[in-house]
Amino acid sequence: MTKQEKATAYWKENIKYLFILLTIWFLVSYGAGILFKDALDTIKIGGFKLGFWFAQQGSMYVFVVLIFVYVRLMNKLDKKYGYGA
Amino acid sequence: MVHSLFLVEAISVQNWTYILVGVTFALYIGIAIWSRAGSTREFYVAGGGVSPLANGMATAADWMSAASFISMAGIISFAGYDGAVYLMGWTGGYVLLALLLAPYLRKFGKFTVPDFIGDRYYSKTARIVAVFCALIVSFTYVAGQMRGVGIVFSRFLEVDINTGVILGMLIVLFYAVLGGMKGITYTQVAQYCVLIFAFMVPAIFISLQMTGNPVPQLGFGSQLADGSGTYLLDKLDGLSTELGFAEYTQGSKSLIDVFAITLALMVGTAGLPHVIVRFFTVKNVKDARKSAGIALLLIVILYTTAPAVSVFARTNLIETVSNKEYANVPEWFKKWETTGLIVFDDKNNDGLIQYVANKDQNELTVDNDIMVLANPEIAKLPNWVIALVAAGGLAAALSTAAGLLLVISSSVSHDLIKKIINPKISEKGELIAARLSAVGAVCVAGYFGINPPGFVAAVVALAFGLAAASFFPAIILGIFYKKMNKEGAIAGMVVGIVSMLFYMMKYKLGWFDEVLPDKSEWWFGISPEGFGSIAMILNFVVSITIMKFTPEPPKNVQAMVEKIRIPSGATKATGH
Repeated sequence: MTKQEKATAYWKENIKYLFILLTIWFLVSYGAGILFKDALDTIKIGGFKLGFWFAQQGSMYVFVVLIFVYVRLMNKLDKKYGYGA
Repeated sequence: MVHSLFLVEAISVQNWTYILVGVTFALYIGIAIWSRAGSTREFYVAGGGVSPLANGMATAADWMSAASFISMAGIISFAGYDGAVYLMGWTGGYVLLALLLAPYLRKFGKFTVPDFIGDRYYSKTARIVAVFCALIVSFTYVAGQMRGVGIVFSRFLEVDINTGVILGMLIVLFYAVLGGMKGITYTQVAQYCVLIFAFMVPAIFISLQMTGNPVPQLGFGSQLADGSGTYLLDKLDGLSTELGFAEYTQGSKSLIDVFAITLALMVGTAGLPHVIVRFFTVKNVKDARKSAGIALLLIVILYTTAPAVSVFARTNLIETVSNKEYANVPEWFKKWETTGLIVFDDKNNDGLIQYVANKDQNELTVDNDIMVLANPEIAKLPNWVIALVAAGGLAAALSTAAGLLLVISSSVSHDLIKKIINPKISEKGELIAARLSAVGAVCVAGYFGINPPGFVAAVVALAFGLAAASFFPAIILGIFYKKMNKEGAIAGMVVGIVSMLFYMMKYKLGWFDEVLPDKSEWWFGISPEGFGSIAMILNFVVSITIMKFTPEPPKNVQAMVEKIRIPSGATKATGH
């Protein structure tokens, strides 16, 4: 691979990761916490209605996990393409 | 042993407050002296070698302001489910920041956000527009912080609000001017520790008291400790509907507005210059990603506790006052009445407190802020815990104010003076200019703190909308759309910020009509708080449309975009 091809391939994989992670980001907050909140509220876990829980707790935990998953994925990707230095 | 324990009991809340506030302030000043800045690189980006953990802690403290610490739990307490817009909005933005902005801006490796806009869009005009946006956003935000400092001082130490503001100004002045970003970063690390401890201790105590569970995040979904087998949230839903309020877990805002506000706050968070600039201080791209994760983790500790505190406090409040005789209310009630934060008006003269949703029958008005400030007293916690809340509130307000002041001073000394007015200025001269503009910024912020124009409080929440409408699209397009040119970006930023300002003046401040227009006139039913998301979309659309009809950016700029997409070889942040 030329330098240019390598950079393009790296960027493509990066964009793919962003797309997947941001889809999850959208689903837990705007999806579970807002758009589908009422439907999820019919399910109860302990004292929490599920939609309410996603809006005030769950989405935030997922956000943190998403960033750390991103960090891991990107560190691996950097190594694969030799950008890790 | 018995003796000293007795002594601890005997110290009053006020003396405890003097002790805790005094000790924490001495700590901040000590750190400031130890971490003086000697160069512009140290002043603007702390030398560029801050560890991811330290930067994460500093970002968290920088981010969590007086509003997060003092007001948020109270707002959620009264908004119920709707409060989720703040929780998701102010944390979800970090995902955008970590994935879409921080790594690339770190690779770019300059000092400020206008630096990026100016270089990426190869234009002095773009830089000036960015400076202007940064100043508007930061000033609206910082005025609220100084006011917060004043309020904490006046409520806990019984000094005048203005004296409180001036004291706060002097402290911030000292370490921001002396240490610049370096001093600010290390004091923020200390301030994070103070504020998280101060927020968690009362929350854990109260969670234990009410549900027997020491983890507040689990406690508010647990059964009550009284053995009745009722879940706390079910009980609060019941109490709320009994008094005529909406069910706590339901809320009352429209779906589209909840959606729009959440989006505006998320995107605004990712576009706030004082947050972005924190990622210029770490060593490399890898550290920038990691420290965004750490920052969010540290923020989420407070943000997931806050809704629990809201539920505890609301339940406690209703149980303590609703239909109780005014003559027998606890001591804290009288104490906070003198501050005007609780107002009781016995409309039917029956001597009982009617706290209901119906405005004509309701006799009790409770300020949002009281839910955190008075919560330890309501739950009858020890004096030192009550005093801790004051130290925590001050840490939150001061750390955010300092971060904002740095953005303001670097916008003036670096972006205006060094890059536009006098490029030949020496390193020493620029450092002096940076310090002087920090002094100027503190004075202006203090002035607004002492003489708050009526609209400041209303406008602080809109700083996010302004950031969403201006910076976010310009930065995202700058990284992800190589062909975006200066004409598109400038037009987008101008249209974005102007439409946001217009909507805010019309529907929040009511400047264009005799009376403030009613909710029913909002565009698409979206409140001014949520309009940032519409203005952001406008910015994107205008940028891309204008770009299609104007020349593409020069080859060297396109090459620069390709370079910032690759993480390796990030140089130290430099002004040249």
